[in-house]
Formats: sequence, structure tokens, C-alpha cells
Amino acid sequence: MSKRATREAFGATLVQLADEGLDVVAVEADLSKSTTTATFADAYPERFFNAGIAEQNMINVAAGLAVAGKIAFTGSFAVFATGRAYDQVRNTVCYSELDVKLAPTHSGITVGPDGGSHQMLEDIALMRVLPGMRVLVPADYFAAGEALRLAAATPGPFYIRLGRAAIPAVYDESFSFELGKAYVVRQGSDVTLAACGVMVERALAAAELLAGDGVSAEVIDVATVKPIDAATIAVSAAKTGAVVACEEHSIIGGLGSAVAEVLGERAPVPFARVGVRDVFGTSGEPEELMAHFGLTAHHVAEAAREVLHRRS
Amino acid sequence: MNPNAIDTQAIEMKAARMRYDIVEMIAAAGSGHPGGSLSAADIVATLYFGIMKHDPAHPDAPERDRFVLSKGHAAPVLYAALSEAGYFGREHLVTLRKLGSLLQGHPDSKKTPGVEVSTGSLGQGLSIACGIALGLNPEKEDERSVYCLLGDGECQEGQVWEAAMFAAHKSLDNLVAIVDRNGLQIDGACSEVMCLGEIEAKFAAFGWEVATCDGHDIEGIIDSITRVRAVSGRPGVVVASTVKGRGVSFMEDEAGWHGKAPSIEETEVALRELQAALEEKGASL
Repeated sequence: MSKRATREAFGATLVQLADEGLDVVAVEADLSKSTTTATFADAYPERFFNAGIAEQNMINVAAGLAVAGKIAFTGSFAVFATGRAYDQVRNTVCYSELDVKLAPTHSGITVGPDGGSHQMLEDIALMRVLPGMRVLVPADYFAAGEALRLAAATPGPFYIRLGRAAIPAVYDESFSFELGKAYVVRQGSDVTLAACGVMVERALAAAELLAGDGVSAEVIDVATVKPIDAATIAVSAAKTGAVVACEEHSIIGGLGSAVAEVLGERAPVPFARVGVRDVFGTSGEPEELMAHFGLTAHHVAEAAREVLHRRS
Repeated sequence: MNPNAIDTQAIEMKAARMRYDIVEMIAAAGSGHPGGSLSAADIVATLYFGIMKHDPAHPDAPERDRFVLSKGHAAPVLYAALSEAGYFGREHLVTLRKLGSLLQGHPDSKKTPGVEVSTGSLGQGLSIACGIALGLNPEKEDERSVYCLLGDGECQEGQVWEAAMFAAHKSLDNLVAIVDRNGLQIDGACSEVMCLGEIEAKFAAFGWEVATCDGHDIEGIIDSITRVRAVSGRPGVVVASTVKGRGVSFMEDEAGWHGKAPSIEETEVALRELQAALEEKGASL
């Protein structure tokens, strides 16, 4: 199957939503070609506003558009939209509970050669802690389009984490994104692999590797990191007795932490985190970086063997 | 809006009443920001009781003008205006800053009727106002305006100038910013803490229509706002020179009164002065 980047869904989905009659607008910060909001700008120029290289203004202009009744999406890269404009997201978008949907692209290390300054590894943590913010991490192009639709249809602030690199499909056109639902994409009985984003496909590949060892891995796509589907994770953990969280994000504050919170309160079992281990990214090709930072299917499988060893 | 039809004396009375309420509510709260609330009282009174189209009975009426208090710490001046206009009862004023109150320390649109958007982190309001102005779709037949009040100290925030650039580039002529230039910020005189230079020249350089006025002269405020609002194709800004703490003798032009409540004795003196000013205008409490 051909690979597609989650960011490719952004502009295209906005066009569809506008075609369907939703009052969507987009505010960008000079990255419309990279984020694909340019597609929307071409189709609906009167609904597209470029703030220039001014991310703080971008977020608050979107907030103002939401105050005026619009469903306002914002672009830019994850590192700028969440980092540089954090106070704007916190104090205006979330504190006022506005219909602003942040969908920045270029999250994680799969940004590649641009290096650590542009590889956002703390965004899930930053967004997850904000009251009222919903955090969606789509696993592929189809999930990304549905995540954007869900955000448009649901009042209040959203963070939709999109990526630059083309990645394999996990789903197809029939996928429907349900807020707060974790998807069991592979049934298993020995260990739970809870993943989000680009790591879902890798967790599935890891499950294949583990099957070769006679280990039955259950794979859960935690597509909504907040509000997290605690029930699905706890049920799976109780069944398998061992959990590995997998994310293209810092091991601090992201999916791993969210899953640990669920397990700690509801189903304490041996647990491991696969993620970037409290360091910044670096330049390199996406696949090289995924190997360098320990985010391949082999690393996931190895982490699973390690928790199974601890369980026994 | 016909500026000649506006009753400036009535607005002066409203402003005098608001000043009394500001001091009373901050004293009751035991904390808050009297200086910048009092400096802005005439400006906010002029907007709410002379210029803006709004209906307290229908706070969400689509045809209303919008107001963003970018200098959110001056919340008491906004609450005084909203209560005077009838958005909520006067009895709420003394609940300012208390647990469970409609009236938070800084404006909270989720809690207070008539507050369009939450503010308090300085530098963000003008950007929000830009977004609202865009969303209202400025067209000739659409006369809705967006008014945004900033502090002069606040203009040290870089984002203010991102918004200044944006509003001019997008020709947001339905947007009017008003700078309450009281010259003081928490740590002292703005010119000493961080001198911004000529505020008027900076907005003008970005392409704004600029007017200046005495921020305690109702007629001057009306004329300036009316003039910049009438210019098409460009956003307008009124730089209004004010006195921080205006109306309370011992608070006037003192940076120390930026963010503290008066003592019981100070409150008595302040309220006596403000009551006298109110009665001088032919009004009573």
C-alpha cells in the first residue's frame, strides 16, 4: 500500500468541510505549502488568513475568529504552534473554551533533516495538561482526515498531531474517529502494545515479530490521548498483565505517561515506555532517526520481551 | 453613529459612578488593580454609554459591537460598566475576586455576562480583536465595530506589534484600538522601565489611522474614535493620555497604586472624594 503523510489530510479535509457547509476558516503562519493549508487557501481564499511568521498572533487571530462564530483551524509546525504560542493556547483558546483546532504538522523526529530545533517531542505533554484540550494523534492519513472532521464537529479546543513523513496506512476510508475511543487493532493475550500516531503501524509489526516467538500481543491505537480511553486500556492490561506504550514523543508527559496514569490507578502491571528518552532530536533521515532513537518494531518487541520477563 | 447626538454629560456621570464602584469593589476584594481601572474609566464609559451598539438584555445579539479588554487587569472598570449597563446586578460587584464569583480577578468570558473573551495575559487582546474583526467580515454594509483597549505598558509585548502588522495588512477598518496611556507600569514609569518611544508613530508606521486625545475628555474621546473609525481601508488607533488612578487624589500618577487595594481608612477618603465628584455632576449614589 502506498504511503501518505498525515499532513496531506489537512488542507484536503478543510476543503471538504467547507464544501459540506461548515463555517471553517484557517489561520496559517507562512507554512501553508508544508502544512497543506495552501490547498484550502486555493479553494477558499476568503476563508484563509496568513499571519506571516507570527505564531502567537496566528493562535489569537484564530481565537478571535472563533469568538465571531467560526470554526478556526491553525497551521504552522508543532514546535511553534504549541511551544512559541503556549500562553496564547492556554490563556485565550483553552481558558475561554473556544472553537480553535490546532492541527500543526511536523511533529516528532520524522521531520528528519531539519534537526532537533524543528522536531517537536513535547507537544502531547504540553497540550495534554491544558484543561479542556482534547488531544488526537492519528495513526495514518485516513485517521488524520477523520480526526480533523471530529474536531470540526465537536465544540471546544482540539490538538490534532500531524506529521511530515509519508507513513503506511493502518486504516482505510471506512475508519471513523470517535472521541475518547482507543481502537484494539490486533487482539492478543500476552502483552498489550498501546501506541499512537506513527507508532501504531510499528506496534503491529512488533506484534508480528512477537508472534514468531509465540507471544500473542494485543495492539491498541490510543488515537485520543486525551480524554484517554482508560477502560479499554485497563481491560486489556488486566487480560495480558503487561503493557508497553509506544510514541514518537518524549517518554515524559506523553502517551507513556497517560497510560502509566491509567495503569497506576486502575490496573498496575509491569510497564515499559518506548519513546524518545528525554533528549532533543537531531538531523538525519526519518527512518535513520527512528532507529537511532529506538522507535522501530524491533525496539517495541524488545521492550515487550523485557516487560514479559518482569511479569514472570 | 452621530457624535453630536451623544450626551457627554450623561457619560461623565456614568464614569464618575464607575470610579466609585471600582474603588468600592477593589476595597471589598482586598486586592486588585485600581490605578489602570481608574485611568480607563472615561474611555470605557464612553464606549459603553456613547459609542458601542450593545444590548444588555441580549448579550449575544449578532448585530452588537464587540469590546476586548486587552489590559485585563483593569477588569474592575469593565465590571463597573457592565453592571451599570445592566448585564448583571450591582450586588455582584462586592463579590469581585471571591470564590464562586461571576467576577474573576481578570475577565473570564465563561463566567461574566457581557465579556466577549477572557483576557489577562497581556499582549493578546489586539490579536483576538483582529480575529473578531475578520470574522465579522468588514464590508461597507456591515457597521459592526470591534474596540480593543490596551495599556501603554502592555505595548511592550511583542505580540501587540504582530497584531498591528496584521490589522493593517488585512485592512481591518472595523477595528479601533485605544491605548490608555497612563505612563506607568508596576515597576515605575514606562519610559524608565522600558521606553517604547512614540506609540503614535509606531502605529502610523504600520499603516494605522492614528488620533490622540485627552483620555479624560469625553468629547475628545468620542471625536477621536469617530474619526479613526470613519477611515476606510485602515484600522484606527486612539492614543488617549490619561492619569493613572484618576479621581482619587492619593492614587493619581502613583505607580504604587497599580495593583493594590486601599486600606479601610484610604477607602473612606477615596470614596468620599469620588462621591463628591459624583454629586458635583448632579448625580448621587
